[in-house]
Amino acid sequence: MKISVIITLKKDVLDPQGKVIHQTLDGMGFDDVNEVRQGKYFEIDTKETDNDKAKAKVEEMCKKLLANLVIENYKIIDPK
Amino acid sequence: MKSSVITFPGSNCDRDMDVALKKFGFKNKMVWHADAELPKSDLVVLPGGFSYGDYLRCGSMASKSKIMQSVINFANSGGMVMGICNGFQILVETGLVPGVLLRNKYLEFICKNVFVKINDKKNKYFKNVNNEVLELHIAHNEGNYFCTQDQLKQIEDNNQIAINYCDENGKIEDQFNPNGSIKNIAGIFNKEKNVLGMMPHPERMIDTSLSGEDGSLFFKNLINNLK
Repeated sequence: MKISVIITLKKDVLDPQGKVIHQTLDGMGFDDVNEVRQGKYFEIDTKETDNDKAKAKVEEMCKKLLANLVIENYKIIDPK
Repeated sequence: MKSSVITFPGSNCDRDMDVALKKFGFKNKMVWHADAELPKSDLVVLPGGFSYGDYLRCGSMASKSKIMQSVINFANSGGMVMGICNGFQILVETGLVPGVLLRNKYLEFICKNVFVKINDKKNKYFKNVNNEVLELHIAHNEGNYFCTQDQLKQIEDNNQIAINYCDENGKIEDQFNPNGSIKNIAGIFNKEKNVLGMMPHPERMIDTSLSGEDGSLFFKNLINNLK
C-alpha cells in the first residue's frame, strides 16, 4: 500500500526559499501570487495491508522522523 | 580527562576536534556512529560536518543513529555533551536542547569569523573564561536558530542562552546577526547546562599562525573546569 505524506512549514516560520520562488515567479510575469510556501512530499510504500494500521504507522514515522514538529506540520493523504 | 568525538557518515570536523581536545590535554577517543556503547567519558562531542548529507533535515538522521541512545542517556544522567555546528543540529533533533536550526535568512552559506558574547558563565563550559567576547569561526548553511515563543520564554527564564552574535565590543544588534537567529542566538544549553549546542567552531581557533587564540581559551578553560 502506498501512503503519501505532505510536510509543510508552520504558518509563523520564515520560509526564505518560498520567498525567493515567489520573487522569481513575480519576475517571470506571474504577478498575481500572494505567497509561496515550500514543503516536502513523501511516498511510502508499506507491506501493511490494513488501511488504518498503515496510516497509524506513517503517523508515527512523521512524529519521529519525517517532520520536526517545532516548525512543521504533516498531512497524511488517504491511500486509494 | 577523557573525551569522545562521535564520527557520523559525513562528519568532517571530527579530526579537527580530536586535534583540539588532545592539544589541551584531553585523552580523546573517536567513536563510530554505529557503535552501541560510549567509552567512559567526561565529555562527548558531536562534531561539525554534513552527517548523512544533510538529507531530510540537517542532523535528523544522525540523531537516530545507534550511538545516540547512549549519548542521550549520558546527557540525561548529567554527562557533558557538546554539539558544534552540525553537532548542534543533531542535538536539537534529539530534543536535548530546544528549538531548531533553519536555513540562513539570506540563503547563503556563511563562512567567516564572528564575535560572540558569553551570556552565561554559571556552567562548566564558560565558568572562569576571562573574556566577555570571543572571536570564533562559523561555516554553515542552516544556523538560523528558531524556537516557539513558549520555548523562548523558557530558555530566557532559565538563562539557557550560552552565546549571542555580537560585534567586537560585545554589542548584540541585528546588524551583527549573520544568519537571522532569534535574539542573535549562537549557542544554547539544556536546562541543566550540561549540554551545549553552538554554531561557532572553537576547534578552528586554536593556532595563532592559522587563525586566532580564542578557541584555545575555551578548551583550556573547559578542561580546567572538568578536573
